[in-house]
Amino acid sequence: MSAPVAHAHHAPQGFIRRYVFSLDHKVIGIQYWCLGLFSVFLGMSLSLLMRFHMVNPSVPVKWFATLWPQAAAGGVMTPELYLSLMTMHGTIMVFFVLTTVPQSGFGNYFLPIQIGAEDMAFPFLNMASFWTTFIALVVMVAAFFVQGGAPLSGWTAYPPLSGAGRITGPGEGMGQNLWICSIAIFCFASLMGAINFIATTVDLRCKGMTLMRMPLTCWTWLVTAILGLLGFAVLLAAGVLLLLDRTAGTSFFIPSGLLISDQIITSHKGGSPLLWQHLFWFFGHPEVYIAILPGMGVTSHLLSTFSRKPIFGYKAMVYAILSIGFLGFLVWGHHMFMSGMNPYSAMAFSLLTMCIGVPSAIKTFNWIGTLWGGKIQFTTAMLFALGFVSLFVTGGVSGIFLGQPALDLYFHDTYFVVGHFHMIMGVAAIFGMFAGTFYWFPKATGKLLNEFLGKLHFYLTFIGVYAIFTPMHFLGLVGNPRRYADFTNVEFLGKLIPVHQFMSYAAYFTAGVQVIFLINLFWSIKKGKPSGANPWNSTSLEWSIPSPPPFDNFAGVHPVVNHGPYEFSVPGVARDFIMQTDPPSVASDRSSH
Amino acid sequence: MGMAGSLTHDVIKGPPPPPIDRGWGGGGGNDGRGADRRASFTGLFVLLAASTMVFAALTSAFVVRRGLSDDWASMHKPVLLWVNTGVLLASSLVLDLSRRALKAGDRSKFNLWWSAGTALGILFLIGQAIVWRQLKDAGVFISSNPSSSFFYVLTASHAFHLLGGVTALVYVDVQALRLRLGPAKRTAIDVTAIFWHFLDGIWVYLMVLFYVWG
Repeated sequence: MSAPVAHAHHAPQGFIRRYVFSLDHKVIGIQYWCLGLFSVFLGMSLSLLMRFHMVNPSVPVKWFATLWPQAAAGGVMTPELYLSLMTMHGTIMVFFVLTTVPQSGFGNYFLPIQIGAEDMAFPFLNMASFWTTFIALVVMVAAFFVQGGAPLSGWTAYPPLSGAGRITGPGEGMGQNLWICSIAIFCFASLMGAINFIATTVDLRCKGMTLMRMPLTCWTWLVTAILGLLGFAVLLAAGVLLLLDRTAGTSFFIPSGLLISDQIITSHKGGSPLLWQHLFWFFGHPEVYIAILPGMGVTSHLLSTFSRKPIFGYKAMVYAILSIGFLGFLVWGHHMFMSGMNPYSAMAFSLLTMCIGVPSAIKTFNWIGTLWGGKIQFTTAMLFALGFVSLFVTGGVSGIFLGQPALDLYFHDTYFVVGHFHMIMGVAAIFGMFAGTFYWFPKATGKLLNEFLGKLHFYLTFIGVYAIFTPMHFLGLVGNPRRYADFTNVEFLGKLIPVHQFMSYAAYFTAGVQVIFLINLFWSIKKGKPSGANPWNSTSLEWSIPSPPPFDNFAGVHPVVNHGPYEFSVPGVARDFIMQTDPPSVASDRSSH
Repeated sequence: MGMAGSLTHDVIKGPPPPPIDRGWGGGGGNDGRGADRRASFTGLFVLLAASTMVFAALTSAFVVRRGLSDDWASMHKPVLLWVNTGVLLASSLVLDLSRRALKAGDRSKFNLWWSAGTALGILFLIGQAIVWRQLKDAGVFISSNPSSSFFYVLTASHAFHLLGGVTALVYVDVQALRLRLGPAKRTAIDVTAIFWHFLDGIWVYLMVLFYVWG
């Protein structure tokens, strides 16, 4: 069913069609956002359990034994349980939070409105995409409850650990199978989403909305959709091969002569674990940009809006987004410097990796250029956008270290890597989500989030995340390996326990202050100040319609766009912003002055 | 070449061309079927890009796995594969004849050719199932050798795509036979036919892969 048909009628009546199996992109966007909210708290709980175990490896906890009678018998976690928590933390965060919320959540809600469309191009596909994602999440969470529990092989699922079956660990039976199935289902959902995003952006823009008049958010959603389309297709293929290695006796990834748990594996021969790494990272590296690009779009949008200045170098920003997307497919080898790859290949991958620094730096300088001399309004949304820039730079700089094969030799599989990717991919993207939430919440609900609670939440979270992840870089320098469940028996690591304790307390603290956000959210839905149509004096199309928007967004009117997305503080114009739908005469007033 | 020419023509012009009053430049208004048709084609090509990536990934795995290890043994390939190839190529040809008949306004001929194309498509799937059966009887299983592993994975991936294609073919056929083929359904016809031709091309590619390196 296509957009004009689906929205040709009145809004559907009845709870199920309106809120559950809805074809409305706005409802689907909120559904994705809620799925992400559930997932982020689930993923965060797992990380708290891990942080607790690392600093109290032998302290029995009663309810651990209740939750995991076998894996935590007597209340003390086994290393395997720790690994399964790590796997599920990474998987849930990467797929069901970082991939889902910035793109499918915000993108679904605001892409059609920002380009002046009534809905996505294929509303039915859109609904199918959400519910497929939901099923993927259910299958993933089900891995906790099957015999042996959740898989141990990390979100990267490297074989042989992930491919040789139950013999490699308790979670490597049914748990790993469910993991692969869930990811495969997720790939289908993501493909359906990508089809919608690309077709909508290409074909459903309203009159006057040229490509170069699209807000940068729309550019990032478009490029992210292309990355997802190409990347998830490869992950799907790789996942099928891995599942066959596990269940059909093939040997794509499992080599011969493996010795696992004192047994020689004879059922497989000739496979290549490196083949998986290549296929996985061909998806995995673009995935990093899938997580961060929409955050960049939101940040650009907000920095311009709250500095009351046009974005610095709009075209340069667009080309930077495109080149980050393109280069993202050429650098997967930098995850494999330690795999025994040819040093010349490593050098090529390293050089290409450095190249991504160029568009990233362009974006950063343009953000600073946008702020320079602006009348900055420190709203909560703006603070989170500034936080995004801070975290992006911090995490990006450590990426330059890791992109050097010679340095990676030392840093590989240490906490330096954990610090790096949590800064740039994890927390930066989360800050982008908070920024988007504070900015767009009034549009979706008609109510403002509370600014005092918002700022309190921002400052405490900002301090908290730096307190958690900065020390990780130093731990990595010292040589603290990642993925270890217990450091107490390793002499040189034992001395680092106080640092780990500090990080664990910082993690409990940061998790705790998220309650402020939840309180703000629920309180503001009920009692927030009414926002009006355009509380931030923004320019893009979503602010030209009531809050919350009517069912078909523009109430049957076809919007006409006459201006670029970032016309702030134009000299000679009465207001300090020109909305995209303002008549062209506003600009000609300017020229007559 | 004549066929490919008509295909391109249909993609760009559409039979008959519905009004397309907006697009890349955002020049028009958001009003109806022109947009719908364009979006359907964009969606289709996006889907084809994703499918291409799936087969590209499997091909690179195929090449790497074959090159890395000395346990690759060329597998026995049933002659029936060639018959199936002929059937699939014929189905594409017949579908295009059918679209030409529609363009010429000959509905009954369209119905006939389209049904024939659908039948050939289903026949191909049955043929592939028989190929699998023959391989099984010959003792060639998915785990026998990397070459057979890839043969099963690639043919299954292709068949999985074809199931979608056949569903679309049958849908159009049912609509046509029930005389519900309004101009709005032309998009469904074109999208289905292009998807089918694409799968045809993928199959020819797979045959080359199997016989040259498999």
